[in-house]
Amino acid sequence: MRDVAVIGTGMTKWGELWEKSLRTIFVETALLAMKDAGVDRIDSMYVGSMSSGLFTGQEHIASLLADYLGQTPVPATRVETACASGGLAFRLGLMEVASGMSDIVLVGGIEKMTDVNGYEATYALGTAADQEYEGYHGITFPGLYALIARAHMEKYGTTREQLAMVAVKNHRNGAKNPLAQFPFEVTIEDVLNSVMVADPLRILDCSPITDGAAAAIICPAEMAKEMGKPVVKIIGSGHATDRIALSSRQDVTWLEATYQAGKKAYEMAGKGPDEIDVLEVHDCFTIAEICVMEALGIVEKGQGGRAVEEGLTSLEGKIPVNASGGLKSKGHPVGATGVAQIVEICKQLRGEVGDRQVKNARIGMTQNMGGSGGSTVVHIFERE
Amino acid sequence: MPTPSRYWREIPQRYRFEANQCKKCGTKFFPPRLICSECNSQELEQAKLAEKGKILTYTIIRVPPHQFVDQAPYAVGIAEMEDGVKLTGQIVDCGFEDIKVGMPVKLEFRKIFQEGESGILCYGYKFVPANGNS
Repeated sequence: MRDVAVIGTGMTKWGELWEKSLRTIFVETALLAMKDAGVDRIDSMYVGSMSSGLFTGQEHIASLLADYLGQTPVPATRVETACASGGLAFRLGLMEVASGMSDIVLVGGIEKMTDVNGYEATYALGTAADQEYEGYHGITFPGLYALIARAHMEKYGTTREQLAMVAVKNHRNGAKNPLAQFPFEVTIEDVLNSVMVADPLRILDCSPITDGAAAAIICPAEMAKEMGKPVVKIIGSGHATDRIALSSRQDVTWLEATYQAGKKAYEMAGKGPDEIDVLEVHDCFTIAEICVMEALGIVEKGQGGRAVEEGLTSLEGKIPVNASGGLKSKGHPVGATGVAQIVEICKQLRGEVGDRQVKNARIGMTQNMGGSGGSTVVHIFERE
Repeated sequence: MPTPSRYWREIPQRYRFEANQCKKCGTKFFPPRLICSECNSQELEQAKLAEKGKILTYTIIRVPPHQFVDQAPYAVGIAEMEDGVKLTGQIVDCGFEDIKVGMPVKLEFRKIFQEGESGILCYGYKFVPANGNS
């Protein structure tokens, strides 16, 4: 396998982009990544998208986007594993370059979510759960994570305030990210007084509905050096699944797919949790960030809430988590999220993020999760 | 929206609580599976889901999907049945404040939702509080 590096990244402002179509959002973002990498052609592309069909009525988007990016006839592949689609698209691009099949690959993620109303968006997101045995009974995505939150609070004594602190921390970081959908701070009181969605989770515990895309260009590390690019190497990659229905798992508070994907990525990289300088995780709901930190071995089982309270994961903490603002503040266009996490980590390792820069960051990690944890993709990066 | 065939296929589970059980390791599955996810055996036999259990975790849905708009707010939980099977369902016939982790429940056959004016009525199981003598 060849060593592979990220040589360019692209991201545009996220939000409710009424005036922009799926193809426009993607092409604008992909062109930024190609410009950053200094390339005007690619050998292949992968696009993560959870449900362009339900959100916009458009399938077959890999070809559509290759066409509008002016890259036909390159092979283009759409990848779907719910909210982990972007992370998995990146992993497949990595495999294509590492294998020698292609040299320059564009990896993107996109979701255009505001072309449908709130009920339809709730339905589309709900299709990531077991439709016959979860969705049928009226459970929603916030509802599934609320079930996890309640169980975590009962089992480990995690408090309602600790959940709120995840949102407060991520909004504090996101306020420093001009591309974030909600670049402003919130207080614990704001979170605790916001509208209840699914007890105990309130609206400020939830990531929003977002239009947006993210893109990265990868190539062999040797080629990156020849091009004189700052080399951010991909040193670890892991992907794992878990039972899709929350109720069929042994312990609803434990994210086994995240544990397994993390383990594979750590082994491949030859690194451990204590060697990670900066981390982007899938905080689709506040409780998710707490459970992910436990499953990745950053903290002990049950200690995720306390770690946030003690500031371990704040920008100034020992291991800053979601410096970008996370899904919570930056936004969560589901198929784009996994790639946007990689964009943030690459920019962190290149020292390009201004006010939210983590000092001396050399090794970074991303964790991107589908559904209520039924799939997870983890990557580890190192700046040479 | 389930089409009639999509709805009809699940009737054995939703109306009659039909599960199955691995003949090798004894693990029970609801809904039934073709291969045991514990020991990989393909020898499974029909079994019935236990109808009593206890609530493991729960939530109150206040922002529902469109088919449930007229029911919100409503409680949904995961219960572990006496045979070790865990499943998701609505918790009804009690106030939200009475729902606790560990609360004993039993399965009852109820209407789940209806598909608009000309659609089918969708039935299945819900959790109701089970007191000692019930």
